[in-house]
Amino acid sequence: MRKLLLFILFVSVTLVTYAGGYRVSVQGQRAIAMGHTGVAVVNSAELVFFNPAGLVYLENKLNVSVGVSGVFTDVIYQNKEFGTSSETDSSVGTPLNLYGSYKVNDWMSIGLGVYTPFGSEVEWPTNWSGSHLVNNIELAAIYIQPVVSFKISDQFSIGGGPIYVTGSVNFNRNASRTTTDLEGNRSNITVEDSGVTNWGWSIGAMFNPAENFHIGFNYRSEIIMEVEGGEATFSNFPNSPAAPANGTTTFNAELPLPAELTLGLSYEYKKWVFAFDYNRQFWDVYKSLDLTFGNGSSSVNPRNYKNSSVYRLGLQYQATDKITLRAGYYRDETPVQSGYFAPETPRNDSDGFTGGLSFAVTPKLAIDASFFYLRFEEVDASYDFGTNSTGGKESFGGTYKSSAFAPGLGLTYKM
Amino acid sequence: MRKNIKYLVILALGIIACEPEFDNPIDEAGTYTSGEADFSNYVALGNSLTAGFADGALYITGQENSYPNILSKQFAFAGGGDFTQPLMSDNTGGFSNDPVTFPPRFVLVFDADGKPVGPATYTGAVPSTDFTNNLASSFNNMGVPGAKSFHLAAPGYGNVAGVSSGSANPYFARFASSTTATVVGDAVAQNPTFFSLWIGNNDILSYATSGGVGADHNEVPNPDPSTYGPNDITNTTVFAGVYSQLIDALTANGAKGVLLNLPSVTSIPFFTTVPYAPLSPLNPDFGPQIPTLNATYAGLNLAFAGIGVPERAIEFSTTGPSAVVIKDESLEDKTAQLTAALTPTFGALKAALFGAQYGQARQATAEDLLVLTSSSIIGKVNEARFAELVGLGLSQEEAGQLAVNGVSFPLEDKYVLIPAEQTAIENARTGFNATIAGLATAKGLAFYDAAADLAQAANGGIPIDGGIITSEFVRGGGFSLDGVHPTPRAHALITNGVLDAIKATYGANLPRVNPADYGTVTLSNDVN
Repeated sequence: MRKLLLFILFVSVTLVTYAGGYRVSVQGQRAIAMGHTGVAVVNSAELVFFNPAGLVYLENKLNVSVGVSGVFTDVIYQNKEFGTSSETDSSVGTPLNLYGSYKVNDWMSIGLGVYTPFGSEVEWPTNWSGSHLVNNIELAAIYIQPVVSFKISDQFSIGGGPIYVTGSVNFNRNASRTTTDLEGNRSNITVEDSGVTNWGWSIGAMFNPAENFHIGFNYRSEIIMEVEGGEATFSNFPNSPAAPANGTTTFNAELPLPAELTLGLSYEYKKWVFAFDYNRQFWDVYKSLDLTFGNGSSSVNPRNYKNSSVYRLGLQYQATDKITLRAGYYRDETPVQSGYFAPETPRNDSDGFTGGLSFAVTPKLAIDASFFYLRFEEVDASYDFGTNSTGGKESFGGTYKSSAFAPGLGLTYKM
Repeated sequence: MRKNIKYLVILALGIIACEPEFDNPIDEAGTYTSGEADFSNYVALGNSLTAGFADGALYITGQENSYPNILSKQFAFAGGGDFTQPLMSDNTGGFSNDPVTFPPRFVLVFDADGKPVGPATYTGAVPSTDFTNNLASSFNNMGVPGAKSFHLAAPGYGNVAGVSSGSANPYFARFASSTTATVVGDAVAQNPTFFSLWIGNNDILSYATSGGVGADHNEVPNPDPSTYGPNDITNTTVFAGVYSQLIDALTANGAKGVLLNLPSVTSIPFFTTVPYAPLSPLNPDFGPQIPTLNATYAGLNLAFAGIGVPERAIEFSTTGPSAVVIKDESLEDKTAQLTAALTPTFGALKAALFGAQYGQARQATAEDLLVLTSSSIIGKVNEARFAELVGLGLSQEEAGQLAVNGVSFPLEDKYVLIPAEQTAIENARTGFNATIAGLATAKGLAFYDAAADLAQAANGGIPIDGGIITSEFVRGGGFSLDGVHPTPRAHALITNGVLDAIKATYGANLPRVNPADYGTVTLSNDVN
């Protein structure tokens, strides 16, 4: 048994999650361990996120799942022609998730979820060679969602609920490759806002052709985060009517949190559960990151993302009464198109390797552990739509390689 | 517990294994190579171009963006060592103990609508660098602004006591090892393994920027540079001798190096910005005066015709831009004949005055080059001439009318490079460049044809990522606000040129720099 555990941990580690764009797939410890599948897995309150329709099939009256992951990401960059290289400051994100569901009666359950499906934290060395695109960025969006789940029959259920989002952003970059004040300090802009809110929704359905076979569907709506009157700080601009004034002003911007459609199935056989999910993420809404500043200047940054898919496989094995082992794999396609590879979200196609286990402390309480390793191919890429200080188009590129590693821990309580 | 430790170890290994790594990291040994060269101790010799002088002054960020400093960072990829520079005390430029001769840098001024007005002297801070303060050290960058070829081998060129008399250079005084030190001596004393030499520009440039007021020592060969004035053209034989001596000294210990030749000085913005015909009839200060001026010049033109030089006739167009009136010292002096011809009409006093004023006058042609500094005086009353005319007995009004620079008072020699002067410059440059290229070949040194790149910048431009570098003043990106010295972006171009030369000669494989990453001119409205 111990050998198997080591083996699974080891395999998962050596082969290793994140997702395209600024989507972060860490919405449940048990799901993460199974390649972040779950739209058709009836297992825990994590269904609030993955598919609210499934909540009504949970056996227990009360289900609670809480978890946190530490996401360690690294991005390295180099350009052989110019001998430049940089590495992001290993940032640690700690996305939290919290789910609960309550079976009101045989045909209805209600639930509540708090989770963070979008976020990004990238910190390059200040004034690195791509600093005109980004020095550092921190994006976070917290989703708070009440859901309700109805059993139409033993074979079919639906569920869904409204989503309340509160988000924050902190983004700094240099004004251009070359603009400085008289002393040679690089001109830069920081934008910052928090408490940016909006509403969305999700809806799911579950079909059970057999007792051990589930098919799930879930759709989460797009939400556009609109910043109005955020704080922008202009620093080190030269004292000239041709340059923006230094100091604080306001900014307006929009950042879309794209819609996601998931289709999947799960099959139970003896001590095994097999799951497959397909995600379609509607990134094409992210056309351009445009900032308008209160001092009259503006910044237009074409993004032109495309819709992308993720294919997920998950496996669960009930090793003992107390121990459940999980492993998974997924293939995450990037929404970033050629020529639009910006170092603030340096994501190309990636392979995710995941693993984890649950340990039942008591029949009611289990500790869930998970981790994932997301491996990106080394990629030669560029962002060709930068604007230089005289309005010309310029390109910034090189070779990038990223990875992300995230161990996580959670608790599942049933009653 | 033991079991848990095992898991922790695995987890830790997992995290380490997750660090991304490139298939071919560029920081791996062998990615970049120095070839036959050894960059461990690079010393740069030259003048203002090497020092990083820009915008009419030497200041820290200009020095940091000098081609030798940029080059040294590329050398560091293949064994290059530290590169030190005699940094000024500030980014203002100029010297605290002589801010009149060595004023602060120029900055680009904009009006309230965000339109460029032009360069002006920065006044946001006062110069804080004192050239009598010797830094008591030699530096890898031995570039000395203002130095001519023979100055590099001249003992005492860094003697602070000689600065006020002009026999020594304040920039070298800051780091000369002794009062009798030479630039090349202090360079060799550092035991360079690699050197660059870009010298000779000032041997023609100071003559050119002064409008050719100096002497050309090739006309009557003068082999003694100690007798040269500051604005003279160096004799080509003197140049060849001193250049050869510099190379011998620098290569004595087997050092490798790169030589840079001399670009045409007449294609720099200092000479190409002010048009020969800048007088527009639309100018409210000039247009309405054209009929009166032409009526006055009609009398003079008759006299020109009468004395056999009708081609010197002066007339301003009412429909298009007109050429300025200049004094061409290569013309035969017709003062006496003109005075005689004008006396019946104007009387002896005024005739003599006109005769002297227009004895070598003509309107400029496209072949004449007006220096950048003429732009601020053309069409303005020449106060010295005005006072002189009043002193000779003219009324204030008459004196004012006759003292307008380029309109009624011919532009003085110092503002115009006439074709004969341009030829003298070009002949000397060709001679100097033959010496440089010849010695590069003879000594097996790398050679960068900087002249070719500058010619390209002046004729069509050099494309870079996201734009183009041209020689256009202020906007072209190649020249700083003094119209003579390169911008950081142009220094980056020069760096790439030098890297190519080093690759060709020594097989060194080094990363290039991206000129688009380097700035051009600095904006500031801190100008009084």
